[in-house]
Amino acid sequence: MTGERGASLERRGVRVVDTFAEAFDMCAARVLITANSPAWARTAALCMTGFATSVIGCKVEAGIEAELFPDQTPDGRSGASVLLFGFDAAGLANRLVERVGQTVLTCPTTACFDGLPQAAERVIVGGLLRHFGDRFQSSKFLEGQRYWRIPVMEGEFLIQETFGVQKAIGGGNLLILATDQNAALAAAEAAVDVMRKVRGVILPFPGGIVRAGSKVGAKRYKKMIASTNDAYCPTLRGRAGVTSELPEGVNSVLEIVVDGLDRPAIENALSVGIDAACRPGVVEISAGNYGGKLGKHHFRLHSLLSEAST
Amino acid sequence: MITLTLKEQPNVPLEAEVLSPDAMAALANDAIRALPVYLGKKLCRVDDFFAVEGEASDELKICGDARKVKWIGRGMTCGRITIVGNAGMHLGAYMTGGAIEVSGNASDWLGGEMTGGLIRIRGNAGGQVGAAYRGSRIGMKGGTILIEGTAGLEVGMRMKRGTIVVGGMVRDFAGLEMRGGTIVLLSGAEIRTGAWMMRGTIVSLKPIPLLPSFLYASTYNPTFLRLYAKHLGTLGFTIPYEEQDGAYQRYTGDTSIPGKGEILIWKSVKA
Repeated sequence: MTGERGASLERRGVRVVDTFAEAFDMCAARVLITANSPAWARTAALCMTGFATSVIGCKVEAGIEAELFPDQTPDGRSGASVLLFGFDAAGLANRLVERVGQTVLTCPTTACFDGLPQAAERVIVGGLLRHFGDRFQSSKFLEGQRYWRIPVMEGEFLIQETFGVQKAIGGGNLLILATDQNAALAAAEAAVDVMRKVRGVILPFPGGIVRAGSKVGAKRYKKMIASTNDAYCPTLRGRAGVTSELPEGVNSVLEIVVDGLDRPAIENALSVGIDAACRPGVVEISAGNYGGKLGKHHFRLHSLLSEAST
Repeated sequence: MITLTLKEQPNVPLEAEVLSPDAMAALANDAIRALPVYLGKKLCRVDDFFAVEGEASDELKICGDARKVKWIGRGMTCGRITIVGNAGMHLGAYMTGGAIEVSGNASDWLGGEMTGGLIRIRGNAGGQVGAAYRGSRIGMKGGTILIEGTAGLEVGMRMKRGTIVVGGMVRDFAGLEMRGGTIVLLSGAEIRTGAWMMRGTIVSLKPIPLLPSFLYASTYNPTFLRLYAKHLGTLGFTIPYEEQDGAYQRYTGDTSIPGKGEILIWKSVKA
């Protein structure tokens, strides 16, 4: 991943590099988890989105989009909305069956519903998980949707037969270059706080923040599909074989990766994130890209900055 | 809107399946008046019995006591029929879509073997609501029937899918040989409810006499009923589901088949 440098703008004394974040086509599903209390809904959602930071190593990227009030859920209970992103619908279907089956079906009081009812493409989830019911399961068909009732020791697990899958975008990102680790983390946390309020996006990495950004492949280990982004590692500045992208004074870099259901959602998240990250101790805001060769979605930081201003 | 006003009560049942948006939506007033109806086996015209106003609409309004007018809305796929008065047998039979509303009562075989759409009866209904016709294996396969008053025998007989809600008391054999779907009894039912049911759900908000072939399973608050409560709430019917208000006793049966159906009986914490 490289940072294509051009003229910079400044926001509250922080340079915003004239570059772009490069993102990719993905497929997304939205799962609505409900439970008897907000705490149990959140527990199930956290379990479901665990170990789902990057499709490279986890086969799926997932995160909690929002916590839902009872009037926002199909069954009138508290809930959580989870977004999952994969490369294709078939793979995403497998991940849904695995994750819902292992983390939501097993979690006390939960039920599971499709959050993309308008999506034309449907994948079977409840229709496969019903087999856990060992033919003691039953179904209900209401308002054009089939729901499966799977008997469990606690009572019944209710899940929709199919879930919608739609085209989405993954890999929008920001790089926060700061004078030290604390400043970088504070800026990233501030950005994450506002970006998480945007609907239609998730920040799949721990706490929404990545400290180990990667480049494609590796210079020395040929079988690696990704390795450390040496150009942005402060400790490698000046090292032979490393072309550092770090300006003087930068000693810590953090990245925020954004996956979204559509381009406007990612633009919105990135623009509020850039604005929030411009704070003391931050030297520069940049973004990662591959020269525009790999992903067809480009988010230019200066355009996003002007959106944030308006 | 096309308005049909009954001139006089026919002396024998009038078979009028042309009283449907599908038959009238594309017709001019003259053509509507000339549509065929059968008085017994005698072929007549619509305007022999109805004063017809309007033309070319998928909204029909039928005024008068049409309790002897059969097959209104038979097989309708879309549009709306409003009956200001009563309706005769087989109202909405085989319908697949659209909506029918009756301000008065409806007779037997309401929504017989329907597969979609919505029927709402403000008054009472007769027997065999949403049922399978004699010799037929499957009754109602979709749609919703809402009855604010009482209903007669064999409600939902052999129904496979869809929802029937009855506000008043229901007579014997509700859910007879039921294959699936949901019947909600807001005021309970008389005897032999769920006899020979294979699948499906009967919800009763009042205690009902159960056949000995139904076995108690558990007391709980099914999550799926929350979806029904929300859906039916939009249609003006309230069913309880909150834990603090009570719970449902689940009985499985009919074990004489043996069936996999269920009867859920609400038990309020106040009782």
